[in-house]
Amino acid sequence: MTDTIDTTTTSGPKNVPKIISSRFEQLDGHTIEGYTRTGGYEALRSALDMTSQEVHDEVRAASLLGRGGAGFPAGVKWGFCPADKWPRYLVVNGDESEPGTYKDRLLLERDPHQLIEGCLIACYAMGLSQCFLYVRGEMAHAQERIATALNEAYDAGFIGKNILGTDFSVDIVLHWGAGAYIVGEETALIESLEGNRGMPRLKPPFFPAAVGLYGQPTIVNNVETLANLPWIITNSAASFTELGFENSKGTRLFAVSGHVNNPGVFEVEFGVTTFRDIIYNDDLAGGIRDGNTLKAYIPGGASAIWFFEEHLDLPLEKTIVDKAGSMLGSGAIVVMDDTTDMVKACHNVVRFFARESCGKCTPCREGTTWLERILSRILEGQGRPSDINMLLDVCENISPGLAWPPKQTTICPLGPSAVSPIISAVNRFRPEFEAYITLADRTNIPVVSA
Amino acid sequence: MARLTDDNVAIAIEIISRYPRRKSALIPLLHLAQEQDGWVTDDAMAHIAELVEVTPAEVLGTCTFYEMFKRHPVGKNQVNICHGIACHLLGAEDLLHHAEDSLGVKAGAITDDGMFSIEGVECIAACTEAPCLQVNYRYVNKVTNESFDELVTGLRSGEMYVPGHGTLALTRQHIPDGKGAGILPPEDGEEPVWITRQVAEAVADEAAAGETAETAAT
Repeated sequence: MTDTIDTTTTSGPKNVPKIISSRFEQLDGHTIEGYTRTGGYEALRSALDMTSQEVHDEVRAASLLGRGGAGFPAGVKWGFCPADKWPRYLVVNGDESEPGTYKDRLLLERDPHQLIEGCLIACYAMGLSQCFLYVRGEMAHAQERIATALNEAYDAGFIGKNILGTDFSVDIVLHWGAGAYIVGEETALIESLEGNRGMPRLKPPFFPAAVGLYGQPTIVNNVETLANLPWIITNSAASFTELGFENSKGTRLFAVSGHVNNPGVFEVEFGVTTFRDIIYNDDLAGGIRDGNTLKAYIPGGASAIWFFEEHLDLPLEKTIVDKAGSMLGSGAIVVMDDTTDMVKACHNVVRFFARESCGKCTPCREGTTWLERILSRILEGQGRPSDINMLLDVCENISPGLAWPPKQTTICPLGPSAVSPIISAVNRFRPEFEAYITLADRTNIPVVSA
Repeated sequence: MARLTDDNVAIAIEIISRYPRRKSALIPLLHLAQEQDGWVTDDAMAHIAELVEVTPAEVLGTCTFYEMFKRHPVGKNQVNICHGIACHLLGAEDLLHHAEDSLGVKAGAITDDGMFSIEGVECIAACTEAPCLQVNYRYVNKVTNESFDELVTGLRSGEMYVPGHGTLALTRQHIPDGKGAGILPPEDGEEPVWITRQVAEAVADEAAAGETAETAAT
């Protein structure tokens, strides 16, 4: 048995060029024949005709924001490498595991050569000696597609020694994880790649570009970020920045899941499409299921503060969503309709963080565990009247001030991420929590739905 | 309880050769051990420690951190039912309960015939296909109670086949002899040749431009 047929919708608005998802519907898009027939590896040839500096300048000019979660401009991040410290490495973050996030797996499975070409362009631009492509352990099919693609590309002379007859040489190595969400944090990813427990490193240094894999300058980029590079080199940074709005350029993949009619992964223009468009448009997620109404939605992965009806007209633009008090994160929109039990949904997300805390920092290890336990007992009808305030108090100790962006008492943002669902749900749907505690008839809960 | 077989040692040596530091091969080798035995045995860990030149305790330390490594036998088909938020909203908890009832075991346990073990797992990145599950890390999308039962029947009867627990990609990466760029360990702090060449060319261009400017001035 191979994977069951994946019916994920990957269409999207027709007027926007497909920068990264152009081969998603192409049956042989994952093979080297299918890739080169549709313009594959031409960007690599173009890049090799430019100097490394010119390639770097082009990527910087595209102001390509990192697609992993933090949204830091890739070209700027590359610039943090110290000038005279060699060798430098590239680590590709394919450890996609933020709940609701489903885009990197599609890129890995359906267009592996595009990612490989992106890696090669990055290595050429930054003088990187070796690339490690870290794919999440659970994604057996993606690993298979990447391994096959790498073997094909080595045979064709696109990777390895003297690529396309030039003096540019680099190896790309498939590496894989073994089930740990925290490894998506870039310093934890490096620890994992060194064969250690995947725990984030103390900061500073803040960027692995200064001190990374084996203590050397290391660029860590998300799969989707690198997949944009072939298009940028072929079509120019100027064409890329024509798309998008303000600081958010190009297009972006968003996975819309939950209570919608047509869940799918859509490539839409970054910064222009609104939440209302992506949730309700017929060629996108197609509205709320069963004619129900919207209760809440997670705008950017489980770590994000939830949004409601009043946020629907915000565009999917980084700066605007940041200012509105949440984040676009990893491009995962999870929609909850008016039948959703918010205490259960909140518990579900908190349980995730409690299970995935690596245990290095006390506020996160103990805090997330207690948050999960308190929510469990509320759900089991054992809640105490003081529990709601206790939840907020524990949150306060993990993330002082409960502000956005969150302050943290921990090395990485995992702890504060567990705070997001609680303050979202408690602030908006407090009567639902109280009803569990007072054992009131839950059919009559005054839902403060928007 | 087994050390790695000779064939697997050969694969292990090839994997190790791709990293500037041997210990980086640790997780891939633990997967190899799990592929061989279905779970990670003490003997395999001791053998891996020898291969990557660390202590067995370090191997255990890494092994126990990661969810996928099983330190005890699991069913021939490890069924991971996703209960991430997207699957939760579409009935993952009910599916998990149905699976427990249908197989007659609780999550974490193995059926008497050794064919199945089930587990509720965190988001497996198939959120638009909710509720979903994996059998030995192969996806099954949009699962209903009925389709779950059909899956179980199919796997029991052998009509459906999934590679055993621990087997991930069926294709391995292989860098052909003479085609690799080779590893560059951190202590060999060399600037890549194409960067050195480009810097030299830029300096030469600048000097030439300077000369032209001087000639023009005189």
